[in-house]
Amino acid sequence: MREVAIVGVGMTPFGELWNKSLRDLFVEAALEAIDDAGVDRIDSLYVGSMSPGLFVAQEHIGSLLADYLGMAGIPATRVESACASGGAAVRMAVLDVMSGASDIVLAGGVEKMTDGVDTTFALATAADQEYEAFHGITFPGLYAMIARAHMEKYGTTREHLADVAVKNHEHGALNPKAQYRNRITREQVLQSTMVADPLRLLDCSPITDGAAAVIVTTVELAKKLGKPVVKVKASAQATDAIALHARKDLTRIPAVEKAAQKAYKQAGIGPEDLNLVEVHDCFTIAELVVMEELGLVERGKAGEAVSSGMTRLGGKLPINTSGGLKAKGHPVGATGVAQVIEVVLQLRGEAGERQVSGARLGMTQNMGGSGGSCVIHILEVES
Amino acid sequence: MIVPRYTREIPQRYRLEAGRCKKCGYLAFPPRQVCPECGHREFDTVPLKPEGKILTFTVVHVAADAFSTQTPFAVGIIETDDGARLTAQIVDCKPEDLAIGKRVQLMLRCIQKEGKAGILQYGYKAVLAE
Repeated sequence: MREVAIVGVGMTPFGELWNKSLRDLFVEAALEAIDDAGVDRIDSLYVGSMSPGLFVAQEHIGSLLADYLGMAGIPATRVESACASGGAAVRMAVLDVMSGASDIVLAGGVEKMTDGVDTTFALATAADQEYEAFHGITFPGLYAMIARAHMEKYGTTREHLADVAVKNHEHGALNPKAQYRNRITREQVLQSTMVADPLRLLDCSPITDGAAAVIVTTVELAKKLGKPVVKVKASAQATDAIALHARKDLTRIPAVEKAAQKAYKQAGIGPEDLNLVEVHDCFTIAELVVMEELGLVERGKAGEAVSSGMTRLGGKLPINTSGGLKAKGHPVGATGVAQVIEVVLQLRGEAGERQVSGARLGMTQNMGGSGGSCVIHILEVES
Repeated sequence: MIVPRYTREIPQRYRLEAGRCKKCGYLAFPPRQVCPECGHREFDTVPLKPEGKILTFTVVHVAADAFSTQTPFAVGIIETDDGARLTAQIVDCKPEDLAIGKRVQLMLRCIQKEGKAGILQYGYKAVLAE
């Protein structure tokens, strides 16, 4: 199989982008990625999107977006894995190039969430519709139940959760494309509106419009393009029951551990080798549980690690230097691709004020639903 | 939710019908065609015991439109005494009375009104025991 690299990245600013449609957003990100890579053609396209059908009543977006990109004719497919759709699209592109079927592939993600639909309902379709959503549970509610179980079992505190949001806003303040560039305090998180007890508004990632795209090709072609070569060292995916109640331990998200173990094996590295990680902090508790599943900290110790500053910029292992889903924004289908972009920028040394000095090896962890799917990529820059 | 979709869930929603794996005894709620524990494909239909305990819970303050008139409402994950797990609202109590480990009973209640016609949909909800 061929070695694969990422040679171009592009993304729209994330936010409430009233003047831009789903196709506008995608094309803007895709063109930026194509120009960044300096490629003159795309062999195939994958786009991650959780629910364009519910958010803007548009399906069949693979062909629509290829057409608006001026590339009608190429194979183009939408990939869906709830909030892990973007990561899954990147993975499809990686496999496409790795197999030799295509040489230059565009992997994008897009979500247009502010066109006036019931977003709480639309997002809850990533849970078990008949046995979870039917009873009125929401996504904040599902993660709130994980949080309460984690607090009970490990003594994780409300302050630990708040510190995740504080850190991610601190990082987001340094990211020109982030939805929220304001710093917040622990007290503001603890006093924000209750959404699903014990999670409050500032524990939750926002509703966001946005798109992100990367160009995936072979290492051989990447070298010819004259860009820093960011190699894909691992692309792994795992699944689990989508109903939270079907999991044996409610403080865990086993699909993350499964995907991580595969990814570490593919890359031939361990968690201690990583210089930075982008994790799926859809809610503050998610960042803590994911840190434990990735083996970055001992089980039950993630809250203390965050509060100690270990995962801040300048700490031992910076997590979510982009601002994470919390501050950068969470246009669901675009998130997994945007995570890859942050790591690529860091590895190229192009992350500006939020640069992790000497970053060589980074990981992205993208998750669907309450943990029913997880996609992990490990990227390394060639020195 | 159109009528056939609602109707085919009635055995679970009204009567808590589960499937017990004929090989390993795994209790599947809702019933499945393949046992997630042993891969066996034959099950006996058994009703769940309508009693159990709270494994975790939340109080939802921001809900989807269909539930917006019910907020705030509690939802929990319940483990029944025969070992099945399900998600259900926990009602007839104050949020401060809820705790992990508390005993509950499952009752038939109205869950939501569907669509513009407001068709009533029934199912199980949990109430604190005693």
